[in-house]
Amino acid sequence: MDTASLLFYLLATLLVIASLMVVFLRNVVHCAMALVSALLLIAVLFVTLHAPMVGVLQVMVYAGAIMVLFLFVIMLLNPAALEQQPGLWWGFGTLLALMLAGVLVPLVATNDLPADPVAATELFGSPEMLAKSLFNDYVLPFEIASVLLLVAIIGAVVLAKREN
Amino acid sequence: MIGLHHYLILSAVIFAIGVIGVLIRRNLIVILMSIELMLNAVNLTFIAFSRYLGSTDGQVVVFFVMAVAAAEAVIGLAIIISVYRHRQSLDPQEMQLLKW
Repeated sequence: MDTASLLFYLLATLLVIASLMVVFLRNVVHCAMALVSALLLIAVLFVTLHAPMVGVLQVMVYAGAIMVLFLFVIMLLNPAALEQQPGLWWGFGTLLALMLAGVLVPLVATNDLPADPVAATELFGSPEMLAKSLFNDYVLPFEIASVLLLVAIIGAVVLAKREN
Repeated sequence: MIGLHHYLILSAVIFAIGVIGVLIRRNLIVILMSIELMLNAVNLTFIAFSRYLGSTDGQVVVFFVMAVAAAEAVIGLAIIISVYRHRQSLDPQEMQLLKW
């Protein structure tokens, strides 16, 4: 087994463990920390897939900005004091999700997919190539995304405002 | 050698774990975190396809998914704060005013 395979299996194992911790830990702050580690592991997977720019953005946007927001809300509301035992859907929910995995995994495992990656050029995944693609073919979605973010900012301020 | 199906199976497993979180947890914040986990599983699929098909389009799509996920997290957390102010609870099973 070569180093690339070894690295993938190591990252995959850690990622599955971190994801299970997000779902099954009782303390909400511990869940948030497990989610941060899962997001960082996914960023490392992005880098191994020749997407360094997206990996850096993953660390900055997800593990940085979004998780800080989550931690702020956790500190604001202190939900640790409110945590209850899992409801009556525990077994049913797990069974349903296992069935979903049982459908998805054979579906993607049997199709004939490319086993070897396309030989990557020097520029593949670089900011330069992504910027060219983003500002030529995807200009309209880019502008729509900026409007969406503006709407989200206004919506968050209006929703979280104290009403007197 | 690691093929595309390795990444797809890993994504499917992470996605299913996120679904478990949404279905069984009784805390709105953890449910939102599980949704973020599911979005990241899909992002991993996009990046893997972009690598194995030699096209940067998948990476551009991941940009947009990140922007939408950020907007979703902000609005979701604002709604959670608003709900908590009214009901002093984060349990989704207590939010049943529309049920009769």
